[in-house]
Formats: sequence, structure tokens, C-alpha cells
Amino acid sequence: MNEFYTILTGSLVAISCSLLGSFLILRKMAMVGDAISHAVLPGIVIAYLLGETREMIPMLIGAAAFGVLTTVLIELFHKKARLQTDASIGITFTFLFALGIILISAFAGQVDLDQDCVLYGDIAMVPLDLWITDAGLNLGPRQVWILGVNLLVVLAFILIGYKGLFITTFHEEYAATVGIAAGFWHYSLMSTVSLTTVVSFESVGAILVVAFLVVPPATAYLLTEKLPVMLGLSALFGVISAILGNMLATWLDGSIAGAMTAVAGGLFLLTFLFSPKQGILMRLKFR
Amino acid sequence: MNSLLEFLSLADPNVRFVVLGSVLLGMSSAVVGCFTFLRKRALLGDAIAHSILPGICLAFMVSGSKNPWILLAGAAVSGWLSVAAIDIITRKSKLKPDTAVGLVLSVFFGVGILLLTHIQHQGNASQAGLDKFLFGKAASMTSEDVLVFGGVGMLLLLVVIAFYKEFKLISFNPEFAKVIGLPVAFLEFLLATVTVLAVAVGIQAVGVVLMAALIISPAAAARFWTEKLAVMIVIAAIFGALSGVFGSFISFSAPSMPTGPWIVVALTVFVMISLLFAPQKGFVARWLRDGNNHEKILTENILKALYQIGEKARDFAGSRELAEIRERREFGPGELKRGLRILARRKLVVEAATGWRLTSLGLTESRRVVRLHRLWEMYLKEKIRLKEDHVHAGAEAIEHIITPEIERLLEEKLGFPERDPHNSEIPR
Repeated sequence: MNEFYTILTGSLVAISCSLLGSFLILRKMAMVGDAISHAVLPGIVIAYLLGETREMIPMLIGAAAFGVLTTVLIELFHKKARLQTDASIGITFTFLFALGIILISAFAGQVDLDQDCVLYGDIAMVPLDLWITDAGLNLGPRQVWILGVNLLVVLAFILIGYKGLFITTFHEEYAATVGIAAGFWHYSLMSTVSLTTVVSFESVGAILVVAFLVVPPATAYLLTEKLPVMLGLSALFGVISAILGNMLATWLDGSIAGAMTAVAGGLFLLTFLFSPKQGILMRLKFR
Repeated sequence: MNSLLEFLSLADPNVRFVVLGSVLLGMSSAVVGCFTFLRKRALLGDAIAHSILPGICLAFMVSGSKNPWILLAGAAVSGWLSVAAIDIITRKSKLKPDTAVGLVLSVFFGVGILLLTHIQHQGNASQAGLDKFLFGKAASMTSEDVLVFGGVGMLLLLVVIAFYKEFKLISFNPEFAKVIGLPVAFLEFLLATVTVLAVAVGIQAVGVVLMAALIISPAAAARFWTEKLAVMIVIAAIFGALSGVFGSFISFSAPSMPTGPWIVVALTVFVMISLLFAPQKGFVARWLRDGNNHEKILTENILKALYQIGEKARDFAGSRELAEIRERREFGPGELKRGLRILARRKLVVEAATGWRLTSLGLTESRRVVRLHRLWEMYLKEKIRLKEDHVHAGAEAIEHIITPEIERLLEEKLGFPERDPHNSEIPR
């Protein structure tokens, strides 16, 4: 049963991240996703400091706000100070992450967070933190519920906003001329990415979030040109990585998050070599 | 204060090692970072930092020892492989460079974490300390560490000095470098190797995530102060070294504080100071300059309007109401009054009972602006052969920036004309 919950947790993160990540890589913002996943750390630490005294939802939103702050800072550096984009990204997220680590060190006694967990999470702990109602009813792991709700938010966002996201991703200038607010879709997407990062952080850590944001969508992108197919394929690759990754981790007795990433990387490598249209070996054969 | 003196005296050998190590690391990654920054590959440092972990773990698994040189070799190999992987993915598929960077970074790091946790779970006691590559352990650097960092740092500096010209060329103009027969592929390999080495030692001080800052931030900050590569490298090295000193001081005076993150905070402060206050390219300098330009254009346009009204009325001394000036030319809300007040302060106009009037100084200045406008219109018509109705817009833009030298040249080329294309007089 624990194994089932581990895979379920991994899959929930994988689907949410892969769907959002598809839009990120098409918008050439893969590294912004990477930056956000690190830069929400101070928000998470502050949320931990405030502890159980506050409602969970405002706390999550507060932590996610750091993700949006990251994109604002990156743009500010880029537009106002004319710093090149990649440097703006690097400076912003390292600063915010450093701030997070300093906060963790300063409040070491009060924050139940350690650096290992920040980087690669502890998915094996997920099944142990159960949500038991006052009546004593066992509803299963708390984290699974949180991630499930997040997946619903992501799905709703993409289904409702599909048209806006599609147009601002592929036809930015056209979107501007017909009066679609590119800024609105940009910040909505960033907010959803931030929220997903924050809720996934505890269980899978920053690395698996980045990996699922980038690797399955990149793999799917090598196989198709159609956005709906790409979304479906990347979610599928995410789930396969979660299942096989769990097996690999058990076999090697290592980090589950690391193993899921490794499998996702393996799937990419296979596609990169053998994809019918894009694979480099296939192209050699037909040359 | 006492702790600062104690720190600066470097009496404590531990402090000496930590400071020396941090300074060496800060400097060598800053120097290397200048090149990755200029080649617009700033995030390559981030990718390499994440990617050396599997190399370190494999080196440990194969050799069974934590000898820094062996681990460094493993780190260099996998770091270098990651650079090659990014390069191949970008060239051979439709994926964009930033996607390739994110992909390689997370997959290599994921494999590294898998191997590291695998090693840790084996219960092998000698593995303790491998995780310093994850988070950095600047505060516990030993003399042996400093020796390794110092050795690698010196090697990096020597390579950069020896290949300075070549690196400069492939950073600014790789096509030209290729054309004149430089071995570009070899040089890129060398530069990548140097970057990998800088990252592999730097990561031990600040950890995987923050390593990117050591590479990017000093270069980005230095870029605001100069246009010369050599100067930029020196400034970046100074920023890197100072941040190293600052970070080690903080964790010396507050031992619970980690060194690495404070080094990054110091670096970010340097970036902020530079991008705000650097004399030429800083935000404040540019903002003031934009303001000055805007003010110059506004006041010159008002002077021109006043002159044109006077020209039509054959009376340059009369005072004009705001509405009259607005009829001649449109100004943004509040702009006209603001401009007139600036002109009054410079004694070019005075406020009269019924409006504003040009002073004799103002009349001379307004003549100058109108002359430049009409001379340029003439030039566009005579030399560029534009139609009369197409010359006005160009002159509107350029009249504000024509220098006296260009003015003289224009007059000579046009044979000191008296009338502009619209048959208005060109005032002297």
C-alpha cells in the first residue's frame, strides 16, 4: 500500500508539472521554471515559521507569491537594468535560495526543514503522514490529497485557459493585435507553476519538480508537433517515470526522487536516439 | 568591532584557511564567469554545478577513497559530459538551449542523488562528507582543501592569461575566429574545461544551487562598470574575492550562519549597487540622462513654437497665452507649463500679465533651434532628394542633437541657404 501511495504521489506531481512544463518549454521559459522551483524556498520557510497557527491555503498562496516575485525580479533586471535574461535568472534565484537557506539556519530550532529535503525531498515519508478526521476516519496520506487538489487546479487552469495560453504561446504578436492580454496569461501560468512547486516541494524536492517540468515535455516535443498530443504524451511519460523510478529506487536502495528523474532522463535519451522524425539515429538511417 | 579585528588579523589558522579558500574560489570562478557571461551562457555554470555530482559519486564508488584529486577528476569528467550533452541536444534537435540546460541539469543531478543516497545507504563509514558537494562546507575548509583550491585556481588563471586573446575572440566574434584559422573547437573545449574545474572546486564552498551565483554575479556586476574585457575581469575578481571575505566573516562572527549563502548575498548586493549606481550604464545614470534629454527636447520645442508665432505675427517681443502656444503645437498635460518654468529659470522666457514672452537671450536660442530644423529640411531635400512634404518629421527628431560642427558643415554643403523647402526664412 505504501508503494502505491509513493507512486501515486510521484504521478500526481508528474502530471501537474509535465502539463505546465509543456507550456514553459514552448515559451522558451524552461529555466524560469527551474528558477521558480528554487526561489520559492524563502516563502516555504516563512510558511513553516508561521506554522499551524494559520490557515493552510493563504500560507500556500503566500509561498507561491515568491515564485511570481521571481519572475517579476527577472523581468525587472532584464528590462530596467538591461541585464541579459540568463544572467537575470541566475542572479535572482540564487539570491532568493540563499535567503531561504539563511532563514533555515537562523530559525533552525523552529523550522522542520533540512537542506537535503529542500533539494530532493522525502517521498518515502508521504504514506506515513496520514489525514485522520476527528471522527477517526483514515483518509490516506495528507500529501496525496494536497497534490490531488493541485492537479485539479492545474487541469482546470489549462482547460479553461487553453485558448489564451495557446495563442500567447504560439502567436504572441497576433495575440497582442486582437487584444489578448499576454501579461495576464504569463502571470497566471507563473502563479500556477509556483503553486505546484510549493505543494510538491515537501514530498519530492526542488530537483524532481524541475525534472518533471522539463524532461517529459521535452521528450514529448520530440515526438509530436500538436499541443494536445504533447500534453498527453508528457503526462504519460511522467507517470511511467514515477512507476519505473520507484522500482529502480527499491532495487538500488536510493532516493526515489532521484530514481524517477533518472528514468525520465532514460526515456528522453531513447526518444532522442530513436524518435521516428526527430531521433538522431533515425535521421542517419534515412540520409 | 573586536570580532572584526580578530577576524582581519587572521591570527586563527582556521580563519586563515577559510578566508584564503573563499577568496581563491571567489576569484577563480569570477574570472571564468566573465567569459561564460559574455558568451551568453551564464546558466551553463548552473548546469555544470548540478552535473558533477554523479561523477563524484562514481569516482568514489570506483576508487573507494575521498582523495580530493580523484573526486575532482570524476567531477571534471561528468561536468564536461554535461556541457557536451547540452551542445549535442541543442544542435541535433529542435529543443531550445534553455530546455537543453534544464534537462541535462535535472537528469544528471537526479542520477547523482540516486547514486549518493545509494552510497549512503550502504553503511560505508568512509562516505561521510561526500554531501559537502551538495551544500558546500566553506566554514570547515582545511589546509589540504586550500591547497587544492589554490592549485586549481592558479592553473585556471594561468590558462586564462595564456589564452586571453583567443578566449576574447571566441567570446565576441566566433565567426571571425574561425575565419582567421583559430582552432575554435579546441578553444571551446579548453574554455569548457576551465569552467568545469572552476565549478568543481567552487561547489565545495557554496554548494550545488548557489554555485551559479559565483559564476554569474561578479561578471554581471563588473559589466556595468566598463567596456574593456581586461578591466571587467579584474573588477569581477575583486567582487568575487570581497564576497568571499564577507561570507567567511559572517560565519566567523555568527557560527550558526552558513558561509556560502552569505557570499551569495554579498555578490547580489554588488550586483544591485552596480546596476543602480554605475556611472554610465547604471539605472540612475540612465534615468538622469533620459530626463535631461526629455527636458532638452521639451524646452526646445516650446522655444520653436514661440518663434513660429512671433514669425507669423512679425513680432517676437509680444507675450503669448498658453492656448496660443498649444494651437501651434501639442504638449502633454502639464508639460507645457513645466517646460516654460524651466525656460524661465534659465532666463530664456519671462512670465508677463497675459502669458509668456521670449527674452532677447531666448530669441537667440529659439533662432538657433529653428535654424537647425530648417537647415536639416534643406539638406534632406537637396542632398537626399526627399519631397518637401516628407522632410519635416526627420528634422523634428534631429534638430535637438545637431552640434555646432555639424551645423557649420551643413551650411557649407548647402551653400549658406536663406530659405527652407517651405520657403520660410532660415534665421541667422
